[in-house]
This record gives sequence, C-alpha cells and structure tokens, in this order.
Amino acid sequence: MRTRASQLCVVGVAAAIVALLPFGLSDYHRSTGADVAVFVMAILGLNIVTGYTGQISIGHGAFMAIGGYTTAILTHSHGWNDIATLPVALAIGFCAGVIVGVPALRFHGAYLALVTFAVALAVPQLAENYSHFTGGTEGLALPTQSGWWLYGVAWACAAVLYATTWVILRGRTGRAFRAVRDSEVAAVSSGVSLAVHKTLAFGVSAAFAAVAGSVYVLINNFVNPAVFGLQLSLYILIGAVVAGLGSLWGIVVGAAFVQLLPLGLSSGSIVSAEAVPVVFGAVVIAVMALIPRGSAEVLRAAVGLPVRARSSHTSTPPSLEVR
Amino acid sequence: MVAVRPIHRPASVTGWIVPALLAACVIFLVVGSLESSLFAQQTVSGLANGGIYASLGVALVLIYRATQVINFSQGALATFSTYIAWQLISWGLGYWPAFLLTLVIAFVGGILVELVAIRPVERRGNVLSVVIASIGVLILVEGAVGWIWGNEVKFMPSAFPAREYHVGGVAFSMQDLGTIGVSIAAVVVLWAFFRFTKLGLAMRAAALRPEAARLAGIRVSWLLSLGWGLAAALGAVSGMLAAASPSVLLQPSMMDGILIYAFAAAVLGGLESPAGAVVGGLAIGALLNLMGSYVSWVTPQLLLPAAFVLMLIVLLVKPSGLFGRTRVRRV
Amino acid sequence: MPPLLALEDVQARYGQVRALHGVTLEVGEGEIVALLGANGAGKTTTLRAVSGTVKRDGRIAFAGTSLGRRGPEDVARLGIAHVPEGRGTFSELTVWENLRLGAITRRGSLDADVAHVFAVFPWLESRRAQQAGTLSGGEQQMLALARALMQRPRLLMVDEPSLGLAPLVVAEIFRILKELNAEEGTTILLVEQNARNSLDAANRAYVLEVGRVALGGTSDELSRHDAIRRSYLGY
Repeated sequence: MRTRASQLCVVGVAAAIVALLPFGLSDYHRSTGADVAVFVMAILGLNIVTGYTGQISIGHGAFMAIGGYTTAILTHSHGWNDIATLPVALAIGFCAGVIVGVPALRFHGAYLALVTFAVALAVPQLAENYSHFTGGTEGLALPTQSGWWLYGVAWACAAVLYATTWVILRGRTGRAFRAVRDSEVAAVSSGVSLAVHKTLAFGVSAAFAAVAGSVYVLINNFVNPAVFGLQLSLYILIGAVVAGLGSLWGIVVGAAFVQLLPLGLSSGSIVSAEAVPVVFGAVVIAVMALIPRGSAEVLRAAVGLPVRARSSHTSTPPSLEVR
Repeated sequence: MVAVRPIHRPASVTGWIVPALLAACVIFLVVGSLESSLFAQQTVSGLANGGIYASLGVALVLIYRATQVINFSQGALATFSTYIAWQLISWGLGYWPAFLLTLVIAFVGGILVELVAIRPVERRGNVLSVVIASIGVLILVEGAVGWIWGNEVKFMPSAFPAREYHVGGVAFSMQDLGTIGVSIAAVVVLWAFFRFTKLGLAMRAAALRPEAARLAGIRVSWLLSLGWGLAAALGAVSGMLAAASPSVLLQPSMMDGILIYAFAAAVLGGLESPAGAVVGGLAIGALLNLMGSYVSWVTPQLLLPAAFVLMLIVLLVKPSGLFGRTRVRRV
Repeated sequence: MPPLLALEDVQARYGQVRALHGVTLEVGEGEIVALLGANGAGKTTTLRAVSGTVKRDGRIAFAGTSLGRRGPEDVARLGIAHVPEGRGTFSELTVWENLRLGAITRRGSLDADVAHVFAVFPWLESRRAQQAGTLSGGEQQMLALARALMQRPRLLMVDEPSLGLAPLVVAEIFRILKELNAEEGTTILLVEQNARNSLDAANRAYVLEVGRVALGGTSDELSRHDAIRRSYLGY
C-alpha cells in the first residue's frame, strides 16, 4: 500500500538521521540532542494520558522530578550505577502515576488541569522543603558523562519507549484508550473499564516521564528544585501541542521545537533569548486556533494518511453535566 | 463526558454545616485575637493576603461562570498590569492616578486577549482547547514581562503609609488594613455593577443562559469580551496590592503561587460563586498565615502544598464548593 | 397586503443532520397561525430558523426585510419575540429582572410596558422579587410570555406553551394568547402538540411532516379534514 510504504520510509529516514546526526556535531550539541530525546519521552508520556485518554495534565514536570530525584539520590547518596537507576525510576514513576490517576478519575477536563497545575507548582516546594533527601535548594551533583554516551542512552531509551507505545496503542489497550477518549459512555457500554484504563494510562505516562527525568538529570549532571519547576511542565505541554495530541507522528517535531527554538533564537540576533516564552505562547495559541491537531496533522497529510475526523477527545458532548 | 455526582443527603441537612463551619472560624479568629496581640496581627496580615487571593479568585469566578473556562493566564495578566502601574509611577505619575489608569489599561487588555487569543480557539468548540490557549497566554504574557522589563526584582511603592494603626493596644500595619479595604471595595463595586446596572443584568443573563439571552436581543459575545475586561481589571487590583505587600516581590513570576491560592479560594467557594471566592480567599489567607506562625513544622515552602491539599480535598468531597449547589446544567 | 412573515423553501440542519427540507409558509399581520405535526416533524426547528438560533438556508422575509444571516440578537431587535420550548426563563433571577431583560435593548422609560404586562398578568406584580425558578410551571410560562411582551414584538412565536402544564393552566394561557391577538392585534405563530387547542385558537394552521409542509389551511378546513381528524384529533 502506498501509505504503508511511505510511512516506513519516513520512519526509516528519521531513524537514520537520528543515528548519523551525532557524528557531525560537537560534544555540547550532542548533549542538546540528548535533551531532545528527553522531551520526546516526556511528550510521549503526556500524549498517552492527554492525547489518547483525554485526561489533561499540566503537571508532568512533577513526574520527571520523581524520576530525576530517584536517579540522583540513588547515584549520589547510594553509589548506584546510572543506567541501573532507570528501571527503578520507571517503576516508581508508574506507581506515582497510578496514585495520581486514581483521584484523577473524579476530575474531568479543566478541573484536572487545575489540579495538575497545582502539583507542578507544589513539587519544587516539597523538594526544597525535604532537603535532607533532596539536597534542598543546593541540590545534588552527579558525575559528568560524554556527549556520545548521553546521546546514545537518551535516544536508546526514547526508541524503546516509542516502540513500546506503538505496540500498546495498536493492541486492545490502545483501542480501549481511544474509546475512553472519544466517548466514555460508549466505552463503558462496550465493557471497557474506565477506571482501569484511565489509571493505567496515567501510570504508563508517568513512568515515561520519570525515565525522561532520570535521563535529564544524567545529562545536566545535577538536580535541584528549580530544574523541575512549572516552566518544565508548561514546555512539555507546548511540545505536545505542537506535536499534535492523539498521534505519534509529530512527537519528535514537538520535542525539537521546544528544545531547539530557544537555542536558535539566542544564537541569532533577530530576537533575544528572553523573547522565547513570548514566541512559545504565541505558537500555542496559533496552533490551538488554526491547526489543533498540531504537526501530526501536517505530517499525516504529507504521508498520505487521511485527515482524522474530528475526535471529541477534548470536547464535552452535549449532555447533562452535574456539578 | 457524563459526570454525575449523586446527591447524598437532602439540602436541609447539609445546609447547616457550612454556616456552622464559618461561624466556628470567625469565633476562633475573634477569640484568638482577643487573647493574643500576635494572633490578632497575624490574623489581620493573613486577611490582607486573603484579600489579594479573594480579588484574583473573583476574577477567575467571573470568567468561569460565563464560559466554563479556567483562565490560567489570570495571574500573568495581573502581573503585566502591575508592571504597567510600576512603569507609570516611575515615569512620575502619582500612585492613585497610576492605579486608575492601570485599571483602564487592564480592562482594555482583557478584552483584547479574549478577542485575539480566546475567541478564535473557541470557534473550534472545545473547552479544553481554550484552557490550553489560556496557558499559551500565560506563557506569552509572563514572557513579555520578562522581555520588556527584565527579570530582576523591582520595588513597587504602596499607597499606604508605613504607619501603624492602634486598636485596643495592638498595632496593625496600615498596609494590611489598606489592602483589606481596597480588595473588599473592588469586589463590592463589581457586585454593585452586576446587581444594579442594566449592563450588569445583561451580563448576568448572558452568563446564565446565553441562548435565552440572545433571544432577548442581548449581544452575548460582546458581553463576554467585556467580562474578560472586568476580570482583568480586578486581577490588576490584586496584582498591585500583592506587589506592595512586604512578602511578595515584583518579578515576572510574582502571581504564579498567588494564582494557586486564588484557585483554592474559588474552588472552596464553588467556582461559580463570587461571594464564595471572597470568603474562601479571606479564610485561606488568615488560616495559612496563622498556621505558618503557630505550627512549627509548617515552613514557608509547605504553604503552597497545603493550599493544594485543601483544594484537592474540597474537589474530592464537595466539588460544588462550600457555597455551590449540586445542580444539573444543560450544556 | 404582504404577509408579515414569509418562509420560502427554508432548510435547516443540526450539524450534519438535516431537519427542515424546504418549508414554505406565511403569517399575515394580526393572525394566529399554528404549526402542527408529530414529534420530530420540524415545528420547533422552524421557529428556530426564523429566530436565527439554527443555521438555515432559503428565504425568510419579515415585514418585507429579508432576514439573511442574522443571528438571534438581531432578529429579536427587528421585532420578533421567540418564547422557546422550555420557556427560557432565567431561573436564578427574580421575576422583575426577567421582565427587565425583555426590554433590555430599549432605552427610555419602561413604565408603559410594565403597566401593560401587569394588566395582562395581574399576579406578577405581587411576585416581583420572587426568584423565577421557584414559580410553578404555568407561572413560568406566563412569565416567559410577559418577558416577550416587554419586547413590544410585532411577531410573537411561542413553542409548546402547554408542555407539562395542567389543563386549567393551559386553558388560561390560550385565553391570554387569544386576548392579546384580539385586543392588541399581536401576530402569533404557535407551535403546539395539542391540535385541539391550536385549531381552536388559530385562524390558520400548517401541518409539518418530516421537515416539510404537508398541509395548510384555515382551522375550520383542517378540523374537518379526515386525516387530521384521525391522526391529531383522535376521531
């Protein structure tokens, strides 16, 4: 089929670019490339929970913090090997996601956004407070690594998570997720358990973000509360919006956008680095107004896939809503 | 999505709990203040903070009531307005003229934001997209503040003299009393506008039942923009009071934490009740301040998580807030 | 004399679903015209098409002016008052505020309109401060009519006024409608499930079926029509 072939083509080309790119870059830029992978993982996570089950979260920075601090504490205070901390972070992140996911069942839409927004602001405060574990405002330091190593680890993780997501979404679970997003009433009547799937989505999503956080800490080789502040959660959301919620296609575009635009602006002389948030904000508004499905829509069109019919994943169908 | 909350008990049974709770709070505060002058001072400072949370909270309620949108940019807009006030004052304008001019500018700004950033997104018919757009506005406006004025902390003068006012042997700062006064006055003025003017009535009708309002000839979309303008002006009051307060620094992220407290206040009151937001704000302000002074393990860093936990509990137990009614709403 | 309201081949849809497939009818000044039909025939949609609450195609002319793409706010200002299905009263506001809203787009004194409304609905005056949601169904219906009257409409469109109301109350409402028409010449377009009441009050009626006008004529003609008698009048 034409579309299948062109899909594989695009994936192949993208993979080749990712594999070959570090050869042409300086060590510093290789770690920036690793940063993009971190955002790919975080956005992947956010997409699962927001794009595929319709639960909005502006607090994924908190899950990244959990993973990041896990890695930092284990490596710094207990002498663990860095890679070994990743599965631990994944597991803890999953648990955290489930713990958040259960009460999140009671909220919908904007209320959930509100709660997760508060979490994003509260977590750095908590990290600062319990300085005995977290090193407080000073934070914890980790050994530095070469750009090659970082790039490899980061993109390897990203590839694994991407593949995992693709497999999950193709199967029954994925269909169940989409059912939950598009119509909860219909999903329930088809025997899809809302509670299980929504919580599962949160768990998986948080696990991904935790791994992203771990790798992020390894790249920066230190951690403190400011690293995982509100801005991070907002940037993940921006990346997800630009990527296009509900589709795997645009994720790398979204991650690259969020990571590389600030760099591009600061090195150029058109606008200063301080204008970055202004540009980001404008982009978010423009995307939501003009191409709500983000770059995924553009890419799908380019590859010949049909434009998806309007899904109701973030809309409230006309129904009775009890407050 | 169908979210049904079963009504467990008849209203007459639960109806007394909230007033009783409130009465208990008031009695606690009054008795404590009479017992200890420190308690009294901390209560009043807490109420001053509460006034700041309450005014921003009412702004949030205004927009939520009309559109079901939680406006995440309310705080950032307040920050921007406060910087404008700062700029006017540093150009030599007197405090109160700058204050009033800022209100006008904020009003116009709010209308512009609604027209340019919210309405085009709303056309897609999706509350959540609008929420994300409001986050976009938050990022943009906070970034604009940093871009235009820089990230260093600035000093915002206050309208109130650095004097103390003595009542029954206890010294209260004019700043605190003034803050309480101005925030309450702003909310009262807004209330009077809605209650007594033709335009206010039309806006209330447009928020309650937009379709029926249209049939009466009311231009609902235009009134919506107006609502955003009023909310922005009220937010500006909150911001200017916050910046003048000793515990808050004038910097781009000034209102981030305050926004959470304002949300908690609005949620506590039931997102659709302005009176609830006022009571909620004052209560949160007073109680958090007292907790900070008297409970040893409550450090400044724990205050925000505490407000968050409170908000969470209210949302889980009684989502319609202390003052809301569980009612069915046709969407 | 040209009709006050003229619909020509009007189509309307809710999203992708077509509800009206070409409705043609007219209402003359000073008449009471009824729209009859089964559930889903398009009666409510027709009123919504006129007031602009629903997207429509086709020609609608009111007092010679084409309504074009006008939305409800503009249509109301032209002099058409639409009392929707479910009344559209603002339950959270007081009776007085509801009435006030009827004339919100007009400047100047409302005393004359208020006096008029209190004359037609005397019981309203004593309940001015009462919250509209606490009124009974029949009272809310009358409040909705009163609010529409405050608009000084040239055309009053009423959708299912008898819905959910006791027969005595329904009789009172129809009496008031007839009185408004007889004494003040208010033109009324009425949608009503209860065919007997409608044909009794109206001068003319149309029967809608599946989004089209199936039948039209004077009330006398329709009352004697075999099919109508069997389907709608029950004998």
